[in-house]
Amino acid sequence: MAAMAKSGPVAVLAGDLGGRLFYAVLLAAAVLVPLLNLAVPEGSLLHLSGFSVTLIGKYMTYALLAIAVDLIWGYCGILSLGHAAFFALGGYAMGMYLMRQIGSRGVYGDPLLPDFMVFLNWKALPWYWHGFESFPFAMLMVVLAPGLLAFAFGWFAFRSRVTGVYLSIITQALTYALLLAFFRNEMGFGGNNGLTDFKDLLGADLHRPAVRIALFLASAVALGLGYAACRLIAASRFGRVVQAIRDAESRTRFIGYRVESYKLWLFAFSAVLAGIAGALYVPQVGIINPSEFSPINSIEVVIWVAVGGRNTLYGAALGAVLVNFAKSWFTAALPEVWLYALGALFVLVTIFLPQGIVGFVRQRLGGKS
Amino acid sequence: MRRPSILAGPGWLMLAGLIWLLCHNTVRADDAAPAPLPADYAGLLAALPQADYADKAQIVHNLAVLAAPHTREVLAALHDGRLETRQGDGKLFLVEERGDALALTDAVSFAAAGEGKPDDFERVRTNNALRRAIEVALAQLDLGDTSPKVRAAAVRQMRQHLDEDLESALRQRRGQEQDAGVRHQIDLALAVADLGSGDAAARLAAVRALDGETAPDVYNALAPLAGAGGAAPTESDPQVLAAAIAAVRHIQNWRDFYGALETLFFGLSLGSVLVLAAIGLAISFGVMGVINMAHGELMMLGAYTAYVMQQLMPAHPGAALLLSIPAAFLVSGAAGVVIERTVVRHLYGRPLETLLATFGLSLVLQQLVRSVFSPLNRSVVTPQWMSGLWQVNELFSITWIRLYIVIFMLLVFALLWLVMNKTSLGLKVRAVAQNRGMARAMGIRTERVDAMTFGLGSGIAGMAGVALSQLTNVGPNLGQGYIVDSFMVVVFGGVGSLWGTLVSGLSLGIVNKLLEPYAGAVIAKILVLVFLILFIQRRPRGLFPQKGRAAEGM
Repeated sequence: MAAMAKSGPVAVLAGDLGGRLFYAVLLAAAVLVPLLNLAVPEGSLLHLSGFSVTLIGKYMTYALLAIAVDLIWGYCGILSLGHAAFFALGGYAMGMYLMRQIGSRGVYGDPLLPDFMVFLNWKALPWYWHGFESFPFAMLMVVLAPGLLAFAFGWFAFRSRVTGVYLSIITQALTYALLLAFFRNEMGFGGNNGLTDFKDLLGADLHRPAVRIALFLASAVALGLGYAACRLIAASRFGRVVQAIRDAESRTRFIGYRVESYKLWLFAFSAVLAGIAGALYVPQVGIINPSEFSPINSIEVVIWVAVGGRNTLYGAALGAVLVNFAKSWFTAALPEVWLYALGALFVLVTIFLPQGIVGFVRQRLGGKS
Repeated sequence: MRRPSILAGPGWLMLAGLIWLLCHNTVRADDAAPAPLPADYAGLLAALPQADYADKAQIVHNLAVLAAPHTREVLAALHDGRLETRQGDGKLFLVEERGDALALTDAVSFAAAGEGKPDDFERVRTNNALRRAIEVALAQLDLGDTSPKVRAAAVRQMRQHLDEDLESALRQRRGQEQDAGVRHQIDLALAVADLGSGDAAARLAAVRALDGETAPDVYNALAPLAGAGGAAPTESDPQVLAAAIAAVRHIQNWRDFYGALETLFFGLSLGSVLVLAAIGLAISFGVMGVINMAHGELMMLGAYTAYVMQQLMPAHPGAALLLSIPAAFLVSGAAGVVIERTVVRHLYGRPLETLLATFGLSLVLQQLVRSVFSPLNRSVVTPQWMSGLWQVNELFSITWIRLYIVIFMLLVFALLWLVMNKTSLGLKVRAVAQNRGMARAMGIRTERVDAMTFGLGSGIAGMAGVALSQLTNVGPNLGQGYIVDSFMVVVFGGVGSLWGTLVSGLSLGIVNKLLEPYAGAVIAKILVLVFLILFIQRRPRGLFPQKGRAAEGM
């Protein structure tokens, strides 16, 4: 660890086998997926359907979310059971921009109001919907909405030294409260239907194959950059203090570090990453609704991280992709078995693979990272 | 039923025949008038099916004035849609479903007339206005009842639909009424009628008589006089106006008082549900430090136990429900012991990992229930003695089921408190919770105690599930809705404190219900959650924190 910190950023990123593999796979996907989708003719065996491109793109946003959770759970010991809330907030910010882009092409043809507002007989656009017609403003909100919420929440929670299980439970309460709030039609976010029927992004039709590929590549780039950022943070001086907090919080405080500030900045950054993942997720799946806030979703993210292996970052990404791939496969082939499989996975991983798949492989390879 | 039959069947038949003849004569005499109504019982009844709704109301009124021996039963049947005409001869019958057939009672002779096929009969149609007319007519008939209670209820019923006919009927009754309570009711009804009188003195007397009456219809009659709710007062006489304003204010005070009482009770019953859901968790989370995310699913198992018991004893839903309380304790408790022995045992001291593993278990349990019982909701029957209302007075009523939930919660709490404080198991549980190593050194088999403790918490969850089966749909998702709430209750109350759980559950329930009128149900819930988040920041160990060295390590 210490040796890594001395060298430059490239050395940090390429310093471990897992990280090199992560980038290799990401690069391969970024090259192969567009190639197989656009260049290979549709009848061919090697052709990748548009559906699959979107699916892989979706997995990448999940992987980014998992990395965000691993950054605070694996490196700082903060188990957030509300990270899906930040993901959903980023998604809603993006969704609001996409809704404004529909303009007068909605079912009711109102140039200003989204369909659901016309349906609810609203006369004017609520103040918080203004500005979202501009892409830069919407992107700013993708970062600010989850970031500020996390900052405010963390400000209260960490300064009053709420830790461990208690913190997990209040993060769960946070996402539950948001779930209830976003279900209300009066909130102005489309109630339980959420935001959908998106048409285009930056003037490009969302249903065109090229736009799909562009979104996929954007997700891949975001995942790569997000991983790099987390890895660099973890290897930095800041990151080493954070890991000290995870291992012995009181001792770190007594040495003289302001534990709450470290936790606060890390938590807010992690929330921003989750928000960016959500913003990339929404245009690919074409809908955002309040069920994204449900506490179950946040717990599932934690499971991805646990399955892949916490405290490794690439393990979190691996877990997210594997679990979601299994979910897609099971729900299509054996829908009634999926919950058994997922449930059993949680139990078995926590009991037999406390370090996840990555930890298991490392052990097999000789107990060294 | 209350009314003894005065005329036996055959005698009544003869009389009816006689009137029928008379009726034919009168009809012939009034040939010129536009379709006059018959004046006799049988004739009125015969005209009923074909009449339009206005005529039907008139017929009902005339029947009540005639007050033939079985008018009450016939009108009640008409009100409930049990009066039907036979296709073919058009005769009227009171019908009662008996299996696939209808048991018939002739509406004119009131003699049993065998059975018939439902397809041969057509119901005499009613609408809301007609049903209200029938209710008033029934009340008029009840005015002559032998029971003062029935008479008083009839007067109250009539008071809500006062017109000149009813008023004169009441005045007439006032003269001959013996019972003081009924006389008082009649005076009130007449006072309501007098509010519309042209004489200011009569109105003043009426307002004074009504002062302090809490019934909603009295308030509705008084309010316009005093101009309540921002409207201009309709009363012009200043003295009457002052009296009316005072009377309305008194009534308003009572209404506010009972409204507050009702809110309090709703809060108490919601709080009881929260306590029931959380109290098992107070054991497994509070005492053992295990975050059991499958707690909601253990409640769900309890609710399904109630369903299965009722399926096993279809004839006695009430007894089945009572028996399912211990059964649910055993089922969920056994499930808890199995969970502890197979999963939780490996994860002591790693609370975050138990959270994940038990969440996995909750998914498995949900899917198991889906596979065994289908994903659809199952209905658990509410026994007769638990349904219905307890009408304390006109402004305040309590549903029995809510009251039983509060009582059940107190019983469960008392039982758990006794187990924890007065039994050797409770002593061992507390000893292990405080200092595992020391307890082991004293010869306590901690592994066994762990299993029993977890089983106890799970069993209590099962019992809570039986209670929930009476309140919500029994389905695979029953448990999910309670998990966040129950953790909040335990954390708010102070982990490891039974009393804390009780106080926090009840107070959260009451606060929720107090906020609801101002903010709406969802916002109230969100406000409570936000309050809890802020509260935990201030006092991370809850209302009643555990003290001592053991508490520091958590």
